[in-house]
Amino acid sequence: MILAVLGQLGEAIQFIFTKSEGPGGAQVGGSQLLPLLWEHLLITGVSVAVATAVALPLGAWLGHSRHGSFLVVSVTNAGRAVPSLGVFFLFFAALGAGFFNITLALILLAIPPILLNAYTGVRGVDPETVDAARGMGLTGAQILSRVELPLALPLIFGGITTSTVNVIATATLGPEAGVVTLGDPIINPSSYGEAGRLGAAILVALLAIAAQVGLTAVQRKLTPAGVRLSGQAPPRRLLFIPKRRVAPTP
Amino acid sequence: MSTRRTIPALAAVLALGLGVAACGGNDNENAGSTSPATTTESPEQPAAIKHNDANAKVALTVGSKNFTEQKVLGEIYAQAFSAAGYTVKTALNLGDEQTALKALKGGQISGYPEYTGTALLSFLKVPADKLPHDSGEAYDQVKAGMAKEGIQAFPPTPFTSSNEVGLTKKRATQLGVTKISDLKPKASQLTLFGSPECRTRRDCLLGLEQVYGLTFKKFVPVNIDQRHEVLTSGQADLSIVFTTDPQIKRNDEVLLEDDKRMFPPYNSTFLMKESVADKAGPDLAATIDAVNKNLSADVMQELNARVDLDKDTPEQAAQAYLKQFKLIPD
Repeated sequence: MILAVLGQLGEAIQFIFTKSEGPGGAQVGGSQLLPLLWEHLLITGVSVAVATAVALPLGAWLGHSRHGSFLVVSVTNAGRAVPSLGVFFLFFAALGAGFFNITLALILLAIPPILLNAYTGVRGVDPETVDAARGMGLTGAQILSRVELPLALPLIFGGITTSTVNVIATATLGPEAGVVTLGDPIINPSSYGEAGRLGAAILVALLAIAAQVGLTAVQRKLTPAGVRLSGQAPPRRLLFIPKRRVAPTP
Repeated sequence: MSTRRTIPALAAVLALGLGVAACGGNDNENAGSTSPATTTESPEQPAAIKHNDANAKVALTVGSKNFTEQKVLGEIYAQAFSAAGYTVKTALNLGDEQTALKALKGGQISGYPEYTGTALLSFLKVPADKLPHDSGEAYDQVKAGMAKEGIQAFPPTPFTSSNEVGLTKKRATQLGVTKISDLKPKASQLTLFGSPECRTRRDCLLGLEQVYGLTFKKFVPVNIDQRHEVLTSGQADLSIVFTTDPQIKRNDEVLLEDDKRMFPPYNSTFLMKESVADKAGPDLAATIDAVNKNLSADVMQELNARVDLDKDTPEQAAQAYLKQFKLIPD
């Protein structure tokens, strides 16, 4: 078989596609991976969706009102420094092991990039554009939804993409907390073998790449033509250096 | 309760001077238990390890895997070898058994303690359902198998550190169970927690399902460090624990008898390259035997308790053991 030439990589690929008996005595690989894949996708989807629902409106509103940069930066930095496994252990006594606990840990992991990018994206919209919109009689909510959010879209999606990739990678911790994800073969080579470990790692990497490519495609589709034409996101200022302000219209 | 927890073993625990700390259920922070024990004589007293200056030219690096019991065992052997005159270094954080075996074969360590069950499963690739269920037979197979790779397996410890089905005493009384087969009519109402790997192993969940015919309401994989917390917090009806876990006694847990002998034995055997063992001479085997002699399940439980619950270092626990059984001078 041609896969034999590839050595361990070949065995890993074989693990992905065919079911066999693992060293622990259970049937592993192939179709046995489907429930693991489903759990992995489910927990990733739920975590990113909840994180987006929380962080995107908050970040956009703070960016729109141009307040709270201290809050955003603090939450982001603190959030990024907290290890997900630590969160799980922290909530273990209160929440126990299971879907809820690991989802909470992943939501906390996913919030910082989405929050920071939504804030930076909305805040970074050229004030002259915002003033022009206001001059045309748009209300604050209209400015946010029709001007700032569309212009900030590439950056917002960048945040969601980063979070999704992080969550896909970190969801491999699931089996430590009661949820059997694709991490199971990775942390249990004693029952899946090294080929299983590598095979599952390949699958997780492919998922992350697929998420990156897919979300980038969606973002292109949604970005307004005017922004897209420039070929890239509009240039942005550094967060704390305000550009010259035009006097607010009366 | 298995025959491992016998009266002499209990006496040995008392001799360790830890009896008081072991009784209460709420004294996890009992720092006093680390104080030196009374001068109670242990019932069986092995000869103290003899110092031999000639051994100084043999340098030994003692390794261990990265969890408490292994670190304590590694320290015990390291200090004992040192007492016998060998020049000793330690490397007590080697990750899993594959890492440890690589280090052993590569010469980075001279030897380390390994469990017979682990050696059979991981090194000798014995399928989980073909594992021997007798401690002596398991050791013989390890000895023969490892010899083919040029590694000597020294006679094992009396204690085994096997998987067990644990539950709180209260729950056991409620359910009226003392052995695993008693679970049969009740399993569908019970939640079993275990390490992630348990789910896919024939010497764990699969064995309980296939050998005992149990179908649990739910199996929940959790990080292995949580195996007792899930019982005390009431999340789990049953949890897969280890024979030598110190929490069993202190948390008032009971172990169900493995009446169909499904869980393989995990006695600890010291592994060493034959070439190194030959160089070290006969004092080495004698030292290992002297050390192993009193390592019963209860003593090992208490040593683990000192580190995990009383926050002693593995060095302190190891030294206490060696002194208590008069292996090294006070």
